Amino acid sequence: MKTTNIMIVGVGGQGSLLASKLLGNLLEDEGYDVKVSEVHGMSQRGGSVVTYVRFGEKVYSPIIDKGEADFIVAFEKIEAARYASYLKVGGKIIVNTQEIDPMPVITGAAEYPHNALESLSSLGLSIDAIDALTPATEAGSPKAVNIVLMGRLSKYMDIPEEKWTAAIQKSVAPKFVDMNLRAFALGRK
Amino acid sequence: MKKLMLGNEATARGLYEAGCRVVSSYPGTPSTEITEYAAKYDEIYCEWAPNEKVALEVAFGASLAGARAACCMKHVGLNVAADPLFTMSYTGVNGGLVICVADDPGMHSSQNEQDSRHYAEAAKLPMLEPSDSREAKEFAKIAFELSEKYDTPVLLRTCTRIAHSQCSVELEERLDTPIKEYVKNPQKYIMAPANAIKRHPVVEERHKTLSAYAETCPLNRAEYSSENSLGIITSGTCYDYVKEVFGESVSVLKIGLVNPLPTKLILEFASRVERLVVIEELDPYIENYCKSLGLKVDGKNIFPICGEFSQRIIASALSKDTSEFVAINPVPVRPPVMCAGCPHRGLFYVLAKKKLTVLGDIGCYTLGSAAPLNAIDSVLCMGASVSGIHGFNKALGEKSENKTVAVIGDSTFMHSGMTGLANIAYNGTNSTVIIVDNSITGMTGHQQNPTTGYNIKGDPATKIDLEALCRALGINRVRVVDPYDLKATEAAVTEEISVNEPSVIISRRPCALLKYVKAKPSLTVDNEKCRSCKMCMKIGCPAISMKDGKARIDATLCVGCEVCKQLCSFNAIVGGDE
Repeated sequence: MKTTNIMIVGVGGQGSLLASKLLGNLLEDEGYDVKVSEVHGMSQRGGSVVTYVRFGEKVYSPIIDKGEADFIVAFEKIEAARYASYLKVGGKIIVNTQEIDPMPVITGAAEYPHNALESLSSLGLSIDAIDALTPATEAGSPKAVNIVLMGRLSKYMDIPEEKWTAAIQKSVAPKFVDMNLRAFALGRK
Repeated sequence: MKKLMLGNEATARGLYEAGCRVVSSYPGTPSTEITEYAAKYDEIYCEWAPNEKVALEVAFGASLAGARAACCMKHVGLNVAADPLFTMSYTGVNGGLVICVADDPGMHSSQNEQDSRHYAEAAKLPMLEPSDSREAKEFAKIAFELSEKYDTPVLLRTCTRIAHSQCSVELEERLDTPIKEYVKNPQKYIMAPANAIKRHPVVEERHKTLSAYAETCPLNRAEYSSENSLGIITSGTCYDYVKEVFGESVSVLKIGLVNPLPTKLILEFASRVERLVVIEELDPYIENYCKSLGLKVDGKNIFPICGEFSQRIIASALSKDTSEFVAINPVPVRPPVMCAGCPHRGLFYVLAKKKLTVLGDIGCYTLGSAAPLNAIDSVLCMGASVSGIHGFNKALGEKSENKTVAVIGDSTFMHSGMTGLANIAYNGTNSTVIIVDNSITGMTGHQQNPTTGYNIKGDPATKIDLEALCRALGINRVRVVDPYDLKATEAAVTEEISVNEPSVIISRRPCALLKYVKAKPSLTVDNEKCRSCKMCMKIGCPAISMKDGKARIDATLCVGCEVCKQLCSFNAIVGGDE
């Protein structure tokens, strides 16, 4: 079987590491060979962060290159645009429509590209845009944006829902399980 | 049992399974989690040492006593630890001694891109290089065996992509490795000239023995393809990229023992392929060795020296098809920034306002160099701010002494700022050193240090008194300010740079991300009062932006530090202590 490539991109502090941990646990339990690659350190200070998740029968490289991603799950609009060239022909970008100003926008050195998603669509890229912040807040915390988006991703993947919920239970601290399960369900709806 | 593990977690597991008893390290991305994960095993004593030299000497002491010991650091940490490293090659070990060093190709969080394989060659020490988490664990265990068998410290080299990537690792039991007897042996362990002269030939002999071992070492593996037109010699993470691109369609010589390199194995491999290519990140280390053997080889003539590799880089250099992609117009960059409520922000605002020359250092506060603060003039290495300001002021004298400061963090000061401060006192410049004390080692992800009062396990430990330490180092003027108080901070800086003696300002406020630091309610902007002057934008707080011509504070980010409030001349920022 071919290797499936998922990129998770966002802003440091948005919880992309938890999302990749969830995917790693899920795919490992499904019996796949899995590689996950992330970068720690500087990127945590509100910088752009990217995590690669690859799974299949045998996976060698831990990273995903331009034109290789089956899915890009973007936690923020600019980040979706920043990494869109990594999408495979026929791949799908799942994006949270939230806008988080990067420092050049805050200081006035750059403008926020509000029409970023329209630009990507006009290039022929397939976009599934959702407001993940509202359901996350409804589920109990604006920080659950990551799990809402995993719920959305789950609709595109051929893995039963109960496996996802089991992986959530395994990946988050016990006191946050219920909240994250609600966030997942809202994202998958 | 199998577990998905980070390379660093797997390395720690390898230390554990090998029966390692003592780990002493200094944090540094991407190596930090090795020691953090090792500290989770009760059977291993772990500590954060003040710097890598101390850490490696601690590990040496434990090895001398007969225990298996390890020391972990990032590539530039090995520069700090290079002094004991080179002579440890002469003494050899008693208990196995493994030095884990993590390089950072691409400089995700480092000040340079040095290739630590050169240390192995220069110090004549064996170096192993795994290519994923599974091998990281396996190689860590083998490193201890080699260390004891060949009486040598062993280097275990990883890089960011190994350290921070995960794959499935099979867990095994911890080996029972009893502490070896310590026997006094001055000829081996006292490296004074008379003994060292006798030890150097031992090192050379060991290197020959290890070179012979390299030929049959199972960590070096030739994988011959039925198609032998192309042969690739590679190691580490590049092996994975090569296999990703070529699968079984080319012959590969995977090098796991990168020093000493296997001469016969390389010659044999070269003789069986039509075209020989070396694929390695950073320097042409294996390539140069091949060339020294008289081989015709492609390497850095088709691959970059700078930066990380990927499957695409390898495929395009070797004329393989690469995936099509859609080119995207550039979007605004998103650099890392000081967090909302970061105690460093107020200090750097004051330094920028006063237009001081600032010699900076390594830590979160290096971000004071970024726009809009632009408050730092130089950053070199750990401790260089304190040593550097002395040289700067010696060169310019009175012209610089009242408009120049050094800025260094609490952990970095303990690492290598103290000696520079002693030099300022001893050799006399009117330098002003600002220690930004946020009560933690911040940038690497909150590690304890000798000034925090806690050890690696979070248990209470002796807390070094920074004020008393600076006074003991010969500085009479030592004062503490709260960087959330802009007026007091500015007054302190203004006074200390003008006095005719060395001085230290401790800018003290715990990191806003520490669990025990409770955020205060978010401030808000009164739109009626906001005149859109953008003074509050000058501090580069990620919680503040301009929306519809007025300043706006993001309630989910603001921790109520009130630094912005002090800048508003129109009392438009409200909330907090009215």
